[in-house]
Amino acid sequence: MNQIKVFWNGLVKENPTFVLLLGMCPTLGTTSSALNGMSMGLATMAVLIFSNLIISLIKSFIPDMVRIPSYIVVIASLVTILQMVIKAYAPEIDKSLGLFIPLIVVNCIILGRAEAFAAKNDPLSSVTDGVGMGLGFTMALTLLGGVRELLGTGRIFSFGIFPEDYGALVFVLAPGAFIALGYLIAIVNRLKN
Amino acid sequence: MKKLASTWYNMTIVLTLISVVAGAALAYVNDLTAGPIRMIKEQELQDGIKAVLSADDLTVESTDETDGVIVYRTDKGTAVQATDPNGFGGKLTVLVGFDNKGAVQGYRVLESAETPGLGAKAGEWFQKGQKGDIIGMSPEKNNMTVSKDGGEVDAITASTITSRAFLRCVNAAYEALAKEDAQSGATRQAGDNTNEED
Amino acid sequence: MNKLIVSLSPHVHSGDSVEKNMYGVVIALVPALLCSLWCFGMGAAVVLLTSVCACVFFEWFIGRFILGRQELTVTDGSAVLTGLLLGFNLPSNLPVWIIIVGALVAIGVGKMTFGGLGQNPFNPALVGRVFLLISFPVAMTSWPVSGSMGYSDAVTAATPLFIMGQAISNQDASLLSELPSALDMLIGRTGGSLGEVSALALLLGCCFMLWKKIITWHIPVSILCTVFCLAGLLHLVSPVYADPVSVVLSGGLMLGACFMATDYVTSPMTPKGQIVYGVAIGFLTVVIRAWGAYPEGMSFAILIMNAFVPLINTYCKPKLFGEVKK
Repeated sequence: MNQIKVFWNGLVKENPTFVLLLGMCPTLGTTSSALNGMSMGLATMAVLIFSNLIISLIKSFIPDMVRIPSYIVVIASLVTILQMVIKAYAPEIDKSLGLFIPLIVVNCIILGRAEAFAAKNDPLSSVTDGVGMGLGFTMALTLLGGVRELLGTGRIFSFGIFPEDYGALVFVLAPGAFIALGYLIAIVNRLKN
Repeated sequence: MKKLASTWYNMTIVLTLISVVAGAALAYVNDLTAGPIRMIKEQELQDGIKAVLSADDLTVESTDETDGVIVYRTDKGTAVQATDPNGFGGKLTVLVGFDNKGAVQGYRVLESAETPGLGAKAGEWFQKGQKGDIIGMSPEKNNMTVSKDGGEVDAITASTITSRAFLRCVNAAYEALAKEDAQSGATRQAGDNTNEED
Repeated sequence: MNKLIVSLSPHVHSGDSVEKNMYGVVIALVPALLCSLWCFGMGAAVVLLTSVCACVFFEWFIGRFILGRQELTVTDGSAVLTGLLLGFNLPSNLPVWIIIVGALVAIGVGKMTFGGLGQNPFNPALVGRVFLLISFPVAMTSWPVSGSMGYSDAVTAATPLFIMGQAISNQDASLLSELPSALDMLIGRTGGSLGEVSALALLLGCCFMLWKKIITWHIPVSILCTVFCLAGLLHLVSPVYADPVSVVLSGGLMLGACFMATDYVTSPMTPKGQIVYGVAIGFLTVVIRAWGAYPEGMSFAILIMNAFVPLINTYCKPKLFGEVKK
């Protein structure tokens, strides 16, 4: 399998957010600012790379009937480890993402890639897929977070573009996440055709 | 490579093995990070208490918890952490600093789920020099409710619910402090040797 | 190429058209328009003019350049109507740029995104209003007193709905004594958004639409009756809930019941469905007003029920001619 193709596939062709529409909960829930979106994307990417690697390594030892429980144990452990590490060394990220870190466990992208890719491919391709998908997810979340932060508060990465009074608050709130995501997907689809 | 067959024996062994390895890894990381996490929590609390009492250096003398309200006594005044469950977005936790006369010296919102741009302004709104300035007020002497309810505090624009929850926290914090003082037979020093900071 | 299109019978034409109905509604809004000008003077003129112009412009711009359509729908009056209704839902001292944002959202997000007139699941004017209400809550909830003529008048008044909300949250019925009298609310001498202050003018317009058969009675009557009954029930239970007459006359209820909920595109098709829809809107309005975080529940109630319209249509289908009950 061509590594570049696998990577490109995750980043653009099958972008988890804009094309596959996987992992909507963190996508909508954590993207109130560009930084939050990026942190969530990177955290998910870290879990995704390791879970793809480990599952690809142990895939031949796992009997088919217990593969889902096995994957879940692997993913849940990775997420818990990540959460402890973030709490210990990056408390600011822990504060802004809070509940959403443990929720990475049930992120469809991770189990989906484990089942659809890592369980069928060699470790190297699986890592590449993890990096590609993870970057695709991070990129999408950062973009969505950036759009929402800009329209909602007039800032990007806390850097002021226009006065906050002109920001439409709805974009920082939940309905704005749906509206912004809808339009981003529409734009991506239009550009792709 | 051929996969292992799904027999009871294989499945039990594999799942057990995976769980044991995962458990061991978790235990190891937990051991590694427990120290730093505790330190960060303590540091945050220290910083919070210092901020609300506007002191650069202080020592916490005692910590008391009743019904979720935590009273930290220090040599520079008392900080009380109180929670109100009915903020606009859910729980609102505030750390309030009182000087020895019972006047509010500073506060910090520790935990909130308020709306960004509206209720989330509570972090600055009630600080000194802001529109809803509560610094220097004392729940004993002042009516610390929002002006709509006949009190002396200006509510955050378009966020009365948050403002009410916030002031309930402040009042609850003061009540806890007053109750403790009454119980401990007024161990609090008289107001003469304190200097209120501006 | 002109193709001969043969559609199914009956080939009867009633003379109805989109334009005729849309401009009919616009005419029905004239009394309320005059009333808002009388109450708010320049402010009302600026807000309404901006809103209508911006809506028409965005309808033309999006249709022409983003959707790339040759046949434009600017002249069918629907954009004018949306602009007028949006303007009626705003306070008279709202900055112009906020009105333009509202018009963009109403036409762009609420209507053209779904394909234009006839395709939108939600009432565009309400989409615009709710967007603004959530985005700029401070500007959207400070209403100038009725009778302040200038555009940028800073004097704001507590609206009847706000007083009612206060009475409920403080459990204090004496606060209700500050409510304006029913007569004042009927002719528009209260604070509020442009088009919602005078219930009388709106009722006049509503009668005109009923007379011209632009709408049927089902939706407005079922909404108003439900609100009246429920509010009356609450008032009987505890005096902190305002009396039903004030509830019915205050806020955007009349405007919503007569002009917003009855929008063709976003309301059910059969009389039975319309009554279900109206009762549900009335119920939600009372619930949101009494216990919700926002003082006004009308716009939220209509939008929520807009989402249920396809479902209502499915269950309230008229019986096909000759259909036998199974």
